[in-house]
Amino acid sequence: MYVAVKGGEKAIDAAHAWLAEERRGDTSVAELSVAQIRQQLALAVNRVMAEGSLYDPDLAALAIKQARGDLIEAIFLIRAYRTTLPRLGVSTPVETAQMAVCRRISATFKDLPGGQILGPTFDYTHRLLDFKLAAEGDVPAAPTAPASLDAVPHVTAMLNRDGLIQTEAEGNATPPDLTREPMELPTTRPLRLQAITRGDEGFILSMAYSTQRGYGRTHAFVGELRIGTVAVEMDIPELGFSVEIGEVELTECETVNQFKGSKTEPPQFTRGYGLVFGQTERKAIAMSLVDRALRWKELGEDNTGAPAQDEEFVLMHADNIQATGFLEHIKLPHYVDFQAELELVRKLRREALAHGEAAE
Amino acid sequence: MTDQTAYNFAYLDEQTKRMIRRAILKGLAIPGYQVPFASREMPMPYGWGTGGVQVTAACLVPEDRLKVIDQGADDTTNAVSIRRFFQRTAGVAVTEATAEATVIQTRHRIPETPLTEGQILVYQVPIPEPLRFLEPRETETRKMHELEDYGLMHVKLYEDISRHGQIATAYDYPVKVEGRYVMDPSPIPKFDNPKLGGNAAIQLFGAGREQRIYALPPYTQAISLDFDDYPFTASKADHACDLCGAPDSYLDEVITDDQGSRMFVCSDTDFCASRRAAGHVGPMGAPSAGAAEE
Repeated sequence: MYVAVKGGEKAIDAAHAWLAEERRGDTSVAELSVAQIRQQLALAVNRVMAEGSLYDPDLAALAIKQARGDLIEAIFLIRAYRTTLPRLGVSTPVETAQMAVCRRISATFKDLPGGQILGPTFDYTHRLLDFKLAAEGDVPAAPTAPASLDAVPHVTAMLNRDGLIQTEAEGNATPPDLTREPMELPTTRPLRLQAITRGDEGFILSMAYSTQRGYGRTHAFVGELRIGTVAVEMDIPELGFSVEIGEVELTECETVNQFKGSKTEPPQFTRGYGLVFGQTERKAIAMSLVDRALRWKELGEDNTGAPAQDEEFVLMHADNIQATGFLEHIKLPHYVDFQAELELVRKLRREALAHGEAAE
Repeated sequence: MTDQTAYNFAYLDEQTKRMIRRAILKGLAIPGYQVPFASREMPMPYGWGTGGVQVTAACLVPEDRLKVIDQGADDTTNAVSIRRFFQRTAGVAVTEATAEATVIQTRHRIPETPLTEGQILVYQVPIPEPLRFLEPRETETRKMHELEDYGLMHVKLYEDISRHGQIATAYDYPVKVEGRYVMDPSPIPKFDNPKLGGNAAIQLFGAGREQRIYALPPYTQAISLDFDDYPFTASKADHACDLCGAPDSYLDEVITDDQGSRMFVCSDTDFCASRRAAGHVGPMGAPSAGAAEE
């Protein structure tokens, strides 16, 4: 005798209990602390903050722990939490020219004011598994030097002194807020940059890579890549001036792109821009390439039909929380629509077969 | 979500609900028109009903009695999950009885029991754009709606007929609302389409990921697209329910062994259970004592 299946509620509770146990793993192994994740998996924390659009390393570390290391799941936890936070105010724009840099390199000039600072990078490491790390984590102290007090001006600002690079329009207009207004197309550059900075690192990377391989090529050089902390200031109306309320770590990339000129613009260099929370340089470089590719219309370039030039394609598919949700929802029950399809296919087959027999 | 007191009634803050209510009102004022709204990130994934959840959250008041169904059933896992979410964040009463609910959130079905005035039916919508699979660009499809240019849709239906001898759309079957907008009814089986038009309840459609809300006010005309010589027909499995014997309800096909045996049961669990409680027994059903037990 068939009895309709019930017990979804019990199954859900049991699944959650099992999940919690799996997350903890073997209890004879010490539990991972949030502080350990924050300190020792800092680049994962940075990615979660960047794509979660919330600068809070402790919460990001907690999310990574809760998500069992699944970063997209962790980003989702942060996004869902972020929605519930009230908007207390808006900061003044951060001054990346005033950044206290821990890394700053330019691929276009051998030396420049402020100097090249390699910083804590994987770039010139040999990717050999370090088996010593499996046993012990002690590292000798790194050599130090006194922090330089020299200003570190933007490379592009120096180029612009000769008029060699296109000037970005200054403006005090409040940029639109992607998280508070529905995305309407066509968009503006500030909105595009918001969408890309929280977009999936893998997607943005692949889009940028596609431009390098010729799908909307933009001939990019890394004019400058800088990582460091900037002060966040807020205007307090009661005080009449702005106060520093904290600082955030940012990665900023400006590309210098070859440009032969168009009907509307003289030959000059143009720019792509990337700005991402935390030390996230792969994302920041990729962002600046995608930004530049999307500027074809504004610069009077040809649309070659490359995916990275297509704003609707890039922006509507960059968000990994939207993508993963919709992708994974196909595992939810679809008996009703499937049943309707089943009836239709049966009917079509019946008619096709009857037709075949009649023809014989 | 460990501390429910940390969240506002029905989870969303009042500003957000206000924004959603404005979109709903606009949707009701222009039936079938997709209103963009600033969809929020919800604590369940996109694709799992975030649009419906936001619309429900914006409609709920403490006195409401909520019913949540998925595939017509109250006890499918995602229906359980969404019902729990609102029990936890809004503390509203819940019910499985269609007639007793004031707000019903649904995925893929319209209940068999006719709805009445004062009820709100909230649909979860994956792709709100009926023209999307004919034209992938939003910039283009919005223009097509503006110009009431639905030629592409009619060509698609015509091509179906010339290839298959009939319109080969079994669910998600488009309707024209009050002679103006072509609307996607969400992936309900076309069996349910006749209930869209002239319905006494308010019907609201929420698409979270796609950031759209649209609506059918009570007693609005919604006509399934067809041709004079190929009229629309609502179809279902040609059986009666094996549990309650209902001849006219939408049926799920259940495979009962690996020998090809199968049975057909109502997809609307509340409808089926109340019929069995009233003494109706289908060919493979047990008398109502069994129905009360499970």
